[in-house]
Amino acid sequence: MIRLEHVGKTFSDGTEAVKDLNLEIKEGEFCVLLGPSGCGKTTTMKMINRLISLTAGKIYIDGVDIYKLDQNQLRRGIGYAIQNIGLFPHLTVWQNIATVPMLKKWPKAKQRARAEELLELVGMDSGTFIDRYPSELSGGQQQRVGVARCLGADPPILLMDEPFGAIDPITRNKLQEEFLKIQAKIKKTIAFVTHDINEAIKMGDRIALMREGELVQFSDPSTLLSSPKDEFVRNFVGADRVLKGLRLLKAKDVMKEPPLTVKVGEDPMQVKARMEKDNLQWSMLTEDGGRFLGWITRDDLHESKRISGIITPPSVTASPDTPLNEALSLMFNSAIGTLAILDDEERLVGVVSFQIIRDVLGQQAGEAQTEPCGEEQ
Amino acid sequence: MWNQAWNYVLNHPDKILDWTLQHLYIILVANTSAAILGVLIGIYISGKGRERIADTVIYFASIMMTVPSLALYGILMGILSALTLPSIGFLPVVIALTLYGLLPIIRNTYTAIREVDPAMIEAGRGMGMSEIQILIKIKLPLAVPVIMAGLRQAVVMNIGIAAIGAYIGAGGLGQPIFRGIANYRTDLILVGAVFVSLLAIVIDFLMGGLEWLTTPKGVRIRRKR
Repeated sequence: MIRLEHVGKTFSDGTEAVKDLNLEIKEGEFCVLLGPSGCGKTTTMKMINRLISLTAGKIYIDGVDIYKLDQNQLRRGIGYAIQNIGLFPHLTVWQNIATVPMLKKWPKAKQRARAEELLELVGMDSGTFIDRYPSELSGGQQQRVGVARCLGADPPILLMDEPFGAIDPITRNKLQEEFLKIQAKIKKTIAFVTHDINEAIKMGDRIALMREGELVQFSDPSTLLSSPKDEFVRNFVGADRVLKGLRLLKAKDVMKEPPLTVKVGEDPMQVKARMEKDNLQWSMLTEDGGRFLGWITRDDLHESKRISGIITPPSVTASPDTPLNEALSLMFNSAIGTLAILDDEERLVGVVSFQIIRDVLGQQAGEAQTEPCGEEQ
Repeated sequence: MWNQAWNYVLNHPDKILDWTLQHLYIILVANTSAAILGVLIGIYISGKGRERIADTVIYFASIMMTVPSLALYGILMGILSALTLPSIGFLPVVIALTLYGLLPIIRNTYTAIREVDPAMIEAGRGMGMSEIQILIKIKLPLAVPVIMAGLRQAVVMNIGIAAIGAYIGAGGLGQPIFRGIANYRTDLILVGAVFVSLLAIVIDFLMGGLEWLTTPKGVRIRRKR
């Protein structure tokens, strides 16, 4: 647990980078420090491992004042990853990862074994990469090694300064998702700096939004989106904050049973009668075992045709874990405006429609109006 | 003239070997001292908050380079005799060459250390390396190739300057040159000049190899790309 009490930093030139900041990051919590550049988020993070000294207040880690500890011992107990990665080009991948174990004088074999383990954790084949040099890796691979390095000696706390900043959006997205999976396993206490609201929403358990050295709002992502505390927060999260909220939900959270599911062997005229009764224009179609085949429209149903002859195969489908914002864009590619949600075995488990998303958005907007934002800190 | 010079080489290979070895010995002693001093000074002035000192040191080292070698020998002879040390021969020449060799070594050490990517230093510091560990484990390995390039420059330059050392009795390949000038023996001048040049070329080549060998492998790969 990290606790910042009345923390302040005034640089020697008189700039007040951080003012009277109070913040508590819980054990195992992924806390994002968010804000425009110059808001003091990086300064705040660097004060936790004393790369920048405090000029006011106290910082406690597990109840111990960090200035009561030896500076280098403190840092060796905190993982540190930075945007520019800063891998050492003259050292191999494993030597880089084992930097802190080396400083802690672990036996060589243990250092290497640890590096192997961490490489696998960040999704790299240890056999292929362990003896390579950073210059032989792609940008994304370097970032992965950077993440592995900050986990080197298994520190309980990680400080990460835009660790996915310097890579292309596709790789970044992938690394973010993978890192979330890793975090679910290792449950570190994380202070993560970013200026990217989308990254913050995606990654953070809680977001500390800062402006000009002050903490403006400290809350979980959905509260930040639905109840921005003031004009600054509202502007920072963006006019599309309601849409951004979709990112926090997954298809499985909102999907519903399809209005009608037809099996491929059924009689066309009976099906037609049922659809007319419920006034449905289309129906989902599955095999007997539940595997999804596509959909049929009422007008195509005819006495003389077998159902298997009139299937429109799906152009797009999604999985239960697809975020709603992605589901929404996929929906625009679906002729019936409804997205089939399939499990790993391609069985139809539900549908998401425009109506469902509208209801979700309506709820969020409603919350924002009815619940004026409470004091979060 | 070329024939005469060639005959001289054929008839006196022992002398030429002698001069070459003397020359090499002077260079070895002078540049080893210059390397040790230069790297230490370079590391010192690359420290945080020493920019002013660094400017001054490099300024004086540059001025040192502009002093003609004969004048420097003269000055050193004065100082050494006042200290009752041998004022001619080996000692003043070695001191002079050490001073000449300092500039490229100090400058390269300083620049190489200052130019190590700050992200690496921050990463090292953030992971709990002490300043000494940052120097030894990050800065120096990355600076070594550039330092070696400086040393190479110093050695090659000093091979030429050392020839003038024969004028104050330090021996070496300057000897046939000065003897040739005194006796109107163009062939001797030629022998000295050609061997000084050959020595410089060979040593430059060997130092180039050394530079490559001391470049960390991971950095070498980056250069190839």
